[in-house]
Amino acid sequence: MSSILKVQGINKHFGGLHALNNVNLDVEQGKVHAIIGPNGAGKSTLLNCFIGRLTPDTGTVDFDGTSLIGLKPHEINQTGVSRVFQTPEIFTELTLLENVMIPALAKRDGAFKPSLWSSMAGETEIRDQAMNALSEVNMGGKAGMTAASLSRGDKRRLELAMALVQNPKLLLLDEPTAGMARADTNATIDLLKTISGKGLTMVIIEHDMHVVFSLAEKISVLAQGTVIVEDLPEKIKGHPKVQEAYLGGAHL
Amino acid sequence: MTVEQSKKDKIMVIGVVLAVLLGPIILNPFGAGYPDLLQKFVIYGIFAIGFNILFGLTGYLSFGHAAFLGVGSYSAVWMFKLLSMNIVPAIILAMVISGLFALLIGFIALRRSGIYFSILTLAFAQMSYNLAYSVLTPITNGETGLQILHGDPRVLDAAVEDGALPVTNLFGLNMNATADVSLLGMDIQFNAGYYICGLIMIVAFYIALRLFRSPFGMMLKAIKTNQNRLNFTGVNSRPYTLTAFVISGIYAGLAGGLLACTDPLAGAERMQWTASGEVVLMTILGGAGTMLGPILGAGVIKYFENIFSAYNESELMDVFSFLPHWLQELVVSVSSLFVGEGWHLTLGVLFMLIVIFLPGGLMEGFNRLVKLARGGYRKDGASASAAGKVTAE
Amino acid sequence: MIPETVSVRDGTQPGAGAMDVFLLQVLNGLDKGSAYAMIALGLTLIFGTLGVVNFAHGALFMLGAFCSVALNKLLTLEKIALSETEMTAWGTPLEIRTPYAEAWFGDFGAWVIDWSVPLSILIAIPFMLLVGIVMERGLIRHFYKRPHAEQILVTFGLAIVLQEIIKAWFGANPIPQPAPEALTGMMDFGAAIGMDAGNVVYPAWRLVYFLFAAAVIGAVFAFLQFTTFGMVVRAGMADRETVGLLGINIDKRFTLTFGIAAVVAGLAGVMYSPILSPNYHLGMDFLVLSFVVVVVGGMGSLPGAVAAGMLLGILQSFASMNEVKAIFPGIDQIIIYLVAVVILLARPRGLLGRKGVMES
Repeated sequence: MSSILKVQGINKHFGGLHALNNVNLDVEQGKVHAIIGPNGAGKSTLLNCFIGRLTPDTGTVDFDGTSLIGLKPHEINQTGVSRVFQTPEIFTELTLLENVMIPALAKRDGAFKPSLWSSMAGETEIRDQAMNALSEVNMGGKAGMTAASLSRGDKRRLELAMALVQNPKLLLLDEPTAGMARADTNATIDLLKTISGKGLTMVIIEHDMHVVFSLAEKISVLAQGTVIVEDLPEKIKGHPKVQEAYLGGAHL
Repeated sequence: MTVEQSKKDKIMVIGVVLAVLLGPIILNPFGAGYPDLLQKFVIYGIFAIGFNILFGLTGYLSFGHAAFLGVGSYSAVWMFKLLSMNIVPAIILAMVISGLFALLIGFIALRRSGIYFSILTLAFAQMSYNLAYSVLTPITNGETGLQILHGDPRVLDAAVEDGALPVTNLFGLNMNATADVSLLGMDIQFNAGYYICGLIMIVAFYIALRLFRSPFGMMLKAIKTNQNRLNFTGVNSRPYTLTAFVISGIYAGLAGGLLACTDPLAGAERMQWTASGEVVLMTILGGAGTMLGPILGAGVIKYFENIFSAYNESELMDVFSFLPHWLQELVVSVSSLFVGEGWHLTLGVLFMLIVIFLPGGLMEGFNRLVKLARGGYRKDGASASAAGKVTAE
Repeated sequence: MIPETVSVRDGTQPGAGAMDVFLLQVLNGLDKGSAYAMIALGLTLIFGTLGVVNFAHGALFMLGAFCSVALNKLLTLEKIALSETEMTAWGTPLEIRTPYAEAWFGDFGAWVIDWSVPLSILIAIPFMLLVGIVMERGLIRHFYKRPHAEQILVTFGLAIVLQEIIKAWFGANPIPQPAPEALTGMMDFGAAIGMDAGNVVYPAWRLVYFLFAAAVIGAVFAFLQFTTFGMVVRAGMADRETVGLLGINIDKRFTLTFGIAAVVAGLAGVMYSPILSPNYHLGMDFLVLSFVVVVVGGMGSLPGAVAAGMLLGILQSFASMNEVKAIFPGIDQIIIYLVAVVILLARPRGLLGRKGVMES
């Protein structure tokens, strides 16, 4: 198996805090790779380094043969990396359909295309894609609603649809089920399983171990900015270092 | 949903066309049917439509758009001086120069957002204004303002007979040509300049409508809601905002050019920040982000400016002559603060009232009324669709 | 950009050396810089604690200037008597006009009139405090949670209203205000600090203005530094939400903060009236520049506001030197804006700005 995302020697400081300490990560093509670890371990910081929200002090992030370091967020997305955010960041004033049409347009038209004269109403292909993505997350019936009125769990599902519609090569999920009801969580797990079955590579950060062990094919455990263990799920369960990181940490 | 939308849009365009064509007749009973004011309605309508493309869609509040208006006016007058009194080259140059100017300013100012953007645009506009008054006097003619003279080269035009200054025209049709017609017992003035500007406004409106409904417009709306998220979605928001900024700058330049076409004179005060404030007010008064709002806002402001600034104390005495004398004096002395020279006071009060009570502008108020009426119909058991047809975007 | 009434601006003498010229330009910049600094200080205070962008702050400066106009007008209300001995050229008895203040109180009255500008401080403080409190309670309070664009717009409207009221009341023309007789002269600043006499000559009132500004700014800083009230305000500027959670009644403090900012702006205006004759659009002129100052200094940084105000005032003074204008024509007109543009692009947070202010 070839690796699609190769992270080497990432360091990141915030003032005196060494948030990421020489982090290496190898995400294999088509696999679901989970990153777990106690609160404050640096999981979200690491993800932010992938998508250009933060620039690491040192280290390399290579995705599918391209270095992501120094690229702007939109450029990173255009290489085929989509992300679902921890706190839903959607276009609250627009409808659900429009929310999903925008990433679809970005996928088709690139980072900038001044389509001044065509009409949104004429974009039937994009609309169909968006409707499909919304149906996939079971929100097809709400397509005309304004996004601001959604519940938190629904916003997460909308986020997922916005990522899926881009048909990315790599999907980064930052706690995709946080704030969801149990039934919705299970539905999301099933959905992600299906997608993963089609060969999409995913990196997932999650606190909910039920979600992690339902999906992950490989797990990296991050503690205090360092990867302490990287192994198959069944090996992670009961691993002494992991137990120490969780139980020894003050945040369990 | 979209079928209904495009139907609404058609009705809206037809409405605007009819309003422009019938303007002199409709507005005559309100004392606003004369060419000078009608021209201002449509020209400032263009200005506000353009401003709305930037502010209404992206939420970027420019406090320096009057600079583009002024640049447009200067460019147009220079064309009248050097080339021809025909308005076509003047309008083209006004749009080109203001567009380039907007490209330059936008390129720098759009590196920042929020209040920083507002202040950067304000700073640029004030710089332009100050320079127009000082070192740029050879181009702007300083405080006197730039105007056409007999001695101007005007290489394309045949010499004009002595005495009268040449008149701006569209291929021979003079801008000030007016046909007086008696209609429905009213004296209606059909003015060429008004109809030329009006037709340009219709085109400008139609283009803006297309922009609003295009993927480009959608991206701009997304920028207004959450620019960061848009970037993470794979869209480079900067060129989108810059394009919007330049387009709205061109609209402002066009409006400035047309102002010069109706009266070939350009002064630096057109670039002052109070003038920038005025177009902001027009847009929010009508309703930022709506299609018809800015035109409505421009019309209302120019109309009130005209009405209020024309009144003086003795006329007020006449108006309130039905009151007992002591009350008449009191009412007149208070209300005289708001008219004539005091028109700006009215403007300020209006500004505050709108922002406080109706941040969505007149269009929002209108929509609320429609909803209210609709609710009322429902209670009466009548069909709600009658009120629902009103097109308020 | 803002016309000067005290015309003695460039007081360099032929024999003056480079050091003298430098010093003189610094001095020339200080008075305007002080005014910018005081307005910007209030703007920053309001922005930092209340989170409101106040476009009416220039109007408060203007109101202050008109406090001195009002007092002066009041004091110089005249009693008109016909002279029994002297006649005019038309053969009518000469009118002798005596201000009531002088007629009733004699020399003391004359002294009060002479010192009317500094004395207006006494009425400006309660008046501006009242204006500030009314403004905050009646209007600003309802805009804490509204978008910055709406705050800008509503205060912009208020600024227009205030200036139009002043225009209706006092007319559109500038009304010159004399500085007290004793302070109208020129001061040989060079000689005072041991340089050659006659080279650095400077209008005394401008120096008074600078000292006054330094005192006011110092008082504000001391107030913020050494009182509990000030501590809460500073804490509020650092982290508004947390202070709200501490159970401190923040509302009253907000109101008073706004009042203080209004007083500072008003005092800046009162004392500026002899330098620049008050007119109704004075506020707008200064507002634009003061906002630029705030941005250059760093949104939310009080020392930044003061430093940037002084700096830009001095820079402006240098830019208006003929030698500089010969090289860059028109530079005096645009220098402040130019600096603002460069600063905003190079150091988005301004000179002394903190991270996280107005960055969304």
